Amino acid sequence: MPPGEIVNGTVDFQGKDLLKLSLEELRHIRGGQIGMVFQDPMTSFNPVHTIGRQLMEPLEIHLGMNKKQAWDRAVELLNMVQIPNPEDRLKDYPHQFSGGMRQRAMIAMALSCSPQVLIADEPTTALDVTIQAQIIDLVKSLRDELGMAIIWITHDLGVVAGLAERVNVMYGGYVVEESKVKDIYKRPEHPYTIGLLKSLPRLDMDEKKRLVSIEGVPPVLFKIPKFCPFVSRCPYRIEKCLQENPPLIPVGKDHSAACWVDTYSGKVREYDN
Amino acid sequence: MITNETILKVENLKMYFPIKRGVIQRTVGYVHAVDDVSFEVRKGETLGLVGESGCGKTTTGRTILQLYPATEGKVIFEGKDLVKLRGEEMRQMRRKIQMIFQDPYASLNPRMTVEQIVGEPLIVHGLYRGNEIREKVKSLLTQVGLNPAYVDRYPHEFSGGQRQRIGVARAISLEPNLIVCDEPISALDVSIQAQVVNLLEDLQSELGLTYVFIAHDLSMVRHISTRVIVMYLGVFMELADRTTLYENPLHPYSIGLLSAVPIPDPFVEEKRQRIILEGDVPSPINPPSGCRFRTRCPLAQQICADERPAWEEVEPDHFVACHFWQKSKELKRR
Repeated sequence: MPPGEIVNGTVDFQGKDLLKLSLEELRHIRGGQIGMVFQDPMTSFNPVHTIGRQLMEPLEIHLGMNKKQAWDRAVELLNMVQIPNPEDRLKDYPHQFSGGMRQRAMIAMALSCSPQVLIADEPTTALDVTIQAQIIDLVKSLRDELGMAIIWITHDLGVVAGLAERVNVMYGGYVVEESKVKDIYKRPEHPYTIGLLKSLPRLDMDEKKRLVSIEGVPPVLFKIPKFCPFVSRCPYRIEKCLQENPPLIPVGKDHSAACWVDTYSGKVREYDN
Repeated sequence: MITNETILKVENLKMYFPIKRGVIQRTVGYVHAVDDVSFEVRKGETLGLVGESGCGKTTTGRTILQLYPATEGKVIFEGKDLVKLRGEEMRQMRRKIQMIFQDPYASLNPRMTVEQIVGEPLIVHGLYRGNEIREKVKSLLTQVGLNPAYVDRYPHEFSGGQRQRIGVARAISLEPNLIVCDEPISALDVSIQAQVVNLLEDLQSELGLTYVFIAHDLSMVRHISTRVIVMYLGVFMELADRTTLYENPLHPYSIGLLSAVPIPDPFVEEKRQRIILEGDVPSPINPPSGCRFRTRCPLAQQICADERPAWEEVEPDHFVACHFWQKSKELKRR
């Protein structure tokens, strides 16, 4: 029994269901067509191999390059993510890189096989803001240059505002709101999104007022809740929220929210599948 | 109530950590964690201390309480220099200056109950005895928004936010005048951070506390602080009241730092022009000569390598350490 089990669903990638593939087939997709950048740049490299060796590995495996070709491509990649003296730096071990440089190298590795999709799991959370700004700048320009799709996983609503086109807000294991980025900031519909946006102090707002906090704590996910996972912290809750977990209900163009209550009018949303 | 009365004065504080090597542990160099900083804290205010990781803000906070013995300088509190105090005298002073630590998971002893954790300072200082302690702990828990019935629980039974409340209860148990808050919210969920910040603000007005608030989250520092210090690689770059610092920063580093903070609003982000600071923070073992920020500074010239810029009061209560602060306006494009 693996630590986690996918009990249901499909992951459709270019007409193939990834959940039905064998491990061998998956290996070709992971790091090849779908790249991933991990959260912690300090622990996601192998400390006993050089950066060069780790960068060359996917190139040799996925693209069948020989050592020489892989080395040249690795130099190019470090150049692309703006690491100076790439020929020398490839011979370095991860501990010789700073946090920001390691995250750049991680991005270089994820992009090495020109994936169609890049999954970035909190790639800037462990970094300082000035380095975060550098990385976001880099990722944006690479996205436009290489034309790949990015799934950016983050808790930072500021980063999302500057980077994303569409947003999914998750809570307690569910997507609770889904929309284009501007709509979600202009008119958040789910009480959790509303609370989250209100609880943030903003750099460009001057008045000193009390922060609106979301009371209570996030749920523990031992059991699948039969009701809305946010109900205990929700100021808008009604009886129905305790009886039925709301599905994603369309609330506007390309905008849906998993909430029984229209938070602006106070009306209960009608919905049948 | 914010007054102009000074509660704490720090003068030319230096904190170097020796680097020891070899069998006989010879000192081969020093980490210049805090290098000659001076400031005062006014009664009733919240003094924010911001900077990137490794810039020495935590060391500054800890050296105020003499958790690290200062290499040089003075920390004057109630007319006494804490650097020179020893033994009983220092212990009495610690009653008046307390600390809230960064990591609520590591700063509470897992084998002690809440009553033991929050009650320990009361016992150490002999303020309460017997049943009084339990009662006092219960009232402290109520004060920080925890259920007093939790007195016999252990830290692992609490969430991060609740643990930080326990840390706050411990810090206020001795009725201190000054609390050093070392990144008290950075380990918490976004939705919980506002709860703890609101609690700290409530306690400040109820108890008349003064805070030194250390953080790297500039939006939160702006929210909570009266005055803000920007720190970089062991030295101060700029000090001003919050409105001035955020509206009219004069140091190139402050400008770059503020420009790097993302704003949770796509309409604002779309129009923003960023000033991206190139490169990384240099090592504090061999910090750059002259101005420490010069290696990343877009305005740097030869003089910046030759001379350390003075800590200059460019307008009342607004200090900047930069040779070219008058030119820094060129950088600002909002």
